[in-house]
Amino acid sequence: MSDTIVIIPAFNEEHGIASVISKIKAHAPDFDVLVINDGSADRTKAVAKEAGAIVLTHNFNMGYGVAIQTGYKFAHEKGYSYIIQIDGDGQHDPTFISELLEPVKNGDVDFALGSRFLWFDSYRPSFTRRLGILFFRKLVTVIIGREITDPTSGYQAFNRDVIKFFTTDVFPCDYPDADMLITLNLAGFRVREVPVRMFANPTGKTMHSGAKPLYYMIKMCLSIFVTLLRNRKLYRR
Amino acid sequence: MTLKQQIFSIIVSLVVFFFTIDLVRKKRLREEYSLLWLGTSILMLVLIIRYDWLLYLTSLIGAVLPTTTLFLGSILFLVLLAVQFSIKISRLSNQVKDLVQENALLRYEFEKSRIANEQVVKEN
Repeated sequence: MSDTIVIIPAFNEEHGIASVISKIKAHAPDFDVLVINDGSADRTKAVAKEAGAIVLTHNFNMGYGVAIQTGYKFAHEKGYSYIIQIDGDGQHDPTFISELLEPVKNGDVDFALGSRFLWFDSYRPSFTRRLGILFFRKLVTVIIGREITDPTSGYQAFNRDVIKFFTTDVFPCDYPDADMLITLNLAGFRVREVPVRMFANPTGKTMHSGAKPLYYMIKMCLSIFVTLLRNRKLYRR
Repeated sequence: MTLKQQIFSIIVSLVVFFFTIDLVRKKRLREEYSLLWLGTSILMLVLIIRYDWLLYLTSLIGAVLPTTTLFLGSILFLVLLAVQFSIKISRLSNQVKDLVQENALLRYEFEKSRIANEQVVKEN
């Protein structure tokens, strides 16, 4: 068993998942690959298994945050030391996993966040999306007192301490991004951004569509607000 | 309050009271949810029978008509009920989340050991 596991949350990704897995396997053959099949209605489970991944299946669709937490619980139970988290839709370039993992493995930081804005030729998200990201970037930067350029990135690597921390109820399962960074900061984890390449979503499918962005923003603001109000003892490790 | 109003209100509160008791008896409603209903119907009954208390309460909250107090009370009751449900639903969703995750992990272990078993059987 490897000490590093790559976790991929997937919901109806039968077309993209195999290439993501094979790219990871080609780039880091020693790492275990875990796909959390979040109640997909298509052949995601079979395709991921064929590609050589460990597959965990949710009975029904529980959402992105719950899926990745299932991965954390698995990694924690099996005693993995490092997690790399990557999206199953091919947006995150798997060739960057070693760069992302490096500062965590060296012990420089506990949590490495892949930032598309620090890499020169990442795709540029749509204007409204950029506006949203900019808003949370400023907010997170002000709250944690350090520059964070891509607070909504799901491309991450972190160590055993963070894995353990995330398996508890502290982990914000609804939309774990800006809020999660603030939680990490409150708990005293060292966070650093690493430049990564991200592509535009090939399927055009997104978690944020219709009226959802507005709902997302309001919910995230509320979530951040109550996170700051909570007793600090909750975040003690 | 006219006699008609009084009779109607008494009937309503009694019906609510016994209906709730009956639901609990048949195990269709859990005790914890019945308390709020029972409490409200008893309070309503008391305020109708002791009309002077209702008048006192009305002047206390600054309402003009005693019926306003009753309506206000029922709205408050509904709000409390809704909040109680929201809290319960939040807890339930959290529990469902934990169960789904646990189930995913257990299913993985189960399938793994089943495959291992089948291999052992084949080898023998």
